Amino acid sequence: MQYVLHTPLQKSDLAPLQAGDTVLLSGVVYTARDAAHARIMELLDVGKELPFPLEGAAVYYVGPTPERPGCAIGAAGPTTSGRMDAYTPRLLDLGLACMIGKGKRSAAVKASVVKNGAVYLAAIGGAGALMARSVESCEIIAWPDLGCEAVRRLVVKDFPLTVLLDPHGGDLYESGPAAYLASVK
Amino acid sequence: MSNIRELNADVIRDAVETLCIEANTSLPVDVKAALDKAEAAEPWPLAKETLGLLQKNLCVAAQQELPICQDTGMACVFLELGQDVHISGDLHAAVDEGVRRGYEKAYLRKSITADPLQRVNTGDNTPAFLTVHLVPGSGCKITVAPKGAGSENMSRLAMLKPADGVQGVKNFVLDTVRQAGANPCPPVVLGIGIGGSFDHCAALAKKALLRPLDQPNANPYYAALEKELLDAINATGFGPQGFGGATTCLGVSIEQEPTHVACLPVAVNMSCHVTRRASREV
Repeated sequence: MQYVLHTPLQKSDLAPLQAGDTVLLSGVVYTARDAAHARIMELLDVGKELPFPLEGAAVYYVGPTPERPGCAIGAAGPTTSGRMDAYTPRLLDLGLACMIGKGKRSAAVKASVVKNGAVYLAAIGGAGALMARSVESCEIIAWPDLGCEAVRRLVVKDFPLTVLLDPHGGDLYESGPAAYLASVK
Repeated sequence: MSNIRELNADVIRDAVETLCIEANTSLPVDVKAALDKAEAAEPWPLAKETLGLLQKNLCVAAQQELPICQDTGMACVFLELGQDVHISGDLHAAVDEGVRRGYEKAYLRKSITADPLQRVNTGDNTPAFLTVHLVPGSGCKITVAPKGAGSENMSRLAMLKPADGVQGVKNFVLDTVRQAGANPCPPVVLGIGIGGSFDHCAALAKKALLRPLDQPNANPYYAALEKELLDAINATGFGPQGFGGATTCLGVSIEQEPTHVACLPVAVNMSCHVTRRASREV
């Protein structure tokens, strides 16, 4: 199935999604990776406001290349999501609805995705030029000192994604290879 | 002494600048050919579609002058330097300046942190990671092989026991691929070092990634092992991006070296479907 989704996301919009479905996502997506996540945790620890609202938000684990003049963004494919696992359940409990990246997540993240009715979606790893085509605008909203790791507010249109973890416990990294292997037996 | 060739470091600097840009924006012909072949042979629909997207990405990168991948990597620079060459100027400074200029000019990402624990970005993607091999003659071949962290982080080295033998090596390689899952952006390319000392083994694995995928190991024993490992990795069914399918690996290259009677080191340098390298003689 293919689903068309807009941010901010409602948990009811995510409920029908199953691992292996494709999604065209439009709206605002925030970027954050290792260093930004560490700083978000520091803000949460002292009760300060975050650079963006978590409720219904989609976060993309990406550090784009610098944009050429006249372009919204440079190459912008996903980074390995597992490096953010330690921070993720806390953000999901606070309303984060969707994560975009690549690679396996920890058992704790998988459980938190199910508990919170969230989703984890794949962007195509190593396809930075292709993913950039769906980005209409990009602005740094926090921590420019982090360079490629600064938090950016992206506006995306029909961002092509695949469901990796669904709210029902489905995991494409398990079901996808298993289905292929069953087909060649 | 009249046979000594003078080579100005500025020539190396300019070549490194050009090669950084070339390597990040177009795939080597052998890697592209392996991707074409895999796409044509892939029987699983989602996998074929995913390989098609990787091809489309290459077209978009070429049309829009974008890097193929946003992780434009550590600038790994290899010099095959003739021992009859004298370089006038500072070689390390010239290579770094070439990297600095190339990464700035082509809007490539600056991904280097000055200190591994204190984590401050150097802002210009320097220093380069320079390896110099002295060879006979008066040539100088420069290769730039930008290396992204998604795959580099999934690389592993083990000091096996000699009794583990070739089966131990195979098990270690397949475990490495299984542990890596989708993190290194499959279909992957594997550079494998076998033998040497601890440090040489890792360097062999990196060196293996420089060999074109259509060029097997010159030793038939190791060429057969490359083929066997490639087939075994593709039999895991991980597929492109780990979504399932027949294409998990595009190529396996092994480099081997003599080792100690009590040692069997093996190193796997994981690389991705964007295995980048560009070379030129100066």
